[in-house]
Amino acid sequence: MRLIETKGLSVRLGGTEVLHDVNFFLERGEIVTIVGPNGSGKSTLLRAMIGAVRLSAGSIHRAPDLRIGYVPQKLHIDPTLPMTVTRFLGLPQRHKDTDLRAALEQAGLPDLRDRQMADLSGGQFQRVQLARALLERPDLLILDEATQGLDQPGSAAFYRRIEEVRRDLNCAVLMVSHELHVVMSASDRVICLNGHICCEGHPEIVAQAEEYRALFGSGTQGALALYRHEHTHLHDHPQSHKAAE
Amino acid sequence: MMLDDFLIRAALAGLGVALAAAPLGSFVVWRRMAYFGDATAHAAILGVAVALAVSTSVFVGALAMSLIMATTVSTLSGRGFAMDTMLGVLAHSALAFGLVAVSFLSGVRIDLMAYLFGDILAVSRGDLLVIWSGAALVIGLLIWRWQALLTATLSPDLAYASGIDPRREQLVLTLSLAVVVAVAIKVVGVLLIAAMLIVPAAAARPLSATPERMAVIAALIACASTLGGLRAAFHLDTPTGPTIVCVAALIFAATTFGAMLLRRRQDAPAS
Repeated sequence: MRLIETKGLSVRLGGTEVLHDVNFFLERGEIVTIVGPNGSGKSTLLRAMIGAVRLSAGSIHRAPDLRIGYVPQKLHIDPTLPMTVTRFLGLPQRHKDTDLRAALEQAGLPDLRDRQMADLSGGQFQRVQLARALLERPDLLILDEATQGLDQPGSAAFYRRIEEVRRDLNCAVLMVSHELHVVMSASDRVICLNGHICCEGHPEIVAQAEEYRALFGSGTQGALALYRHEHTHLHDHPQSHKAAE
Repeated sequence: MMLDDFLIRAALAGLGVALAAAPLGSFVVWRRMAYFGDATAHAAILGVAVALAVSTSVFVGALAMSLIMATTVSTLSGRGFAMDTMLGVLAHSALAFGLVAVSFLSGVRIDLMAYLFGDILAVSRGDLLVIWSGAALVIGLLIWRWQALLTATLSPDLAYASGIDPRREQLVLTLSLAVVVAVAIKVVGVLLIAAMLIVPAAAARPLSATPERMAVIAALIACASTLGGLRAAFHLDTPTGPTIVCVAALIFAATTFGAMLLRRRQDAPAS
């Protein structure tokens, strides 16, 4: 069953075309990861999926009553806005106290209910954000670089948690990540994005694909190349990155 | 009758405005819309001039002009203009045009000061009805949309993901702002309406752990300022609207410095 499907999706932001003719879909129960260099439109695509971005062309079809849980890359809470963890978890819908306690426990957090969001550590903040999204019992969970700021064990635990969530809720998971090696093993499908979909498929197949290698190089060095990537398709062999240093 | 006493009428008018302005003001603070309140309030003086020129109700004129200004600003803010400059331009030019427009009404004797600084002691029974109807409308709107407003304030993207349109919630606030401005003219005047929105909310911030508590405490502070200001103005023979704002500002100073001292004591090493 297709939860969400885009057809010929294009987005222009401030005169430049950020996404061009993107066609893809998500089915219940699959974990799909979007990889791509900085500025390749990953976040914009996610924001288009939740309906926050106006399309310049194409369409998005959502399954009726589709529930989306969204964890943004950065959530800035204005210091003038007092916000306890309990209150944060109760947006947009309030939940029973027992549900809140259970949600925090499942997130591997102590009882932080009365703490201010502003006083949480980076890792706690992200896990509370995930807990909030899960309290809505989403059909589709969308994570935008949710492990940013977490250390390696922290992000490994985060991805294990995502697998559990998929199993428990039978939801689809769509995420953007920079941590290629982790992502590759945790995903059913990988989409390589650079303004348009360069290639997609099973992680091993994508990792071997010409287009993917052009963007990221190969092996562990590829993961490094991601951060130094130049936004074009005209790439030399990955070794040239190394040579240039 | 109780309402025969002008001081009772003044107190009721002030409390009506305080109860609506403070919770709305909390949103103005959270969303960093302080100048937005100013622009809307200043536009009201132009509305007053137009209303007097075509001899219609001042309330209707002010409401219409505030709505136009609030909608304009609200629309522009989504289009990536440098908002602080844009709002500064709009707020002050609205005031200037309003004052010029009033000066054309030489045939009519109007007390400009009453519109700029309010004339709470001259509130009539009819004014009371208008003020409390407006306040009830705004409070009702805020309670009805509370969860959605709060989500959209926290993050427009989280709102979108949950099927809430943040632009619609913005419209609720825009409409509420115009209503509060229109009913508050009589009480504090166009120049100090923004103060009634922001000062009680800012004073409530150090005392609040949740948004709801902040809105309620802001309302209590606004009510206390209104009653305290009325009393002080009566004894000191000072203009009432500004005196109310002065009391609110003193409460703000007290809560803010109190919180700072408390934090310093907590942070100090125990000896």
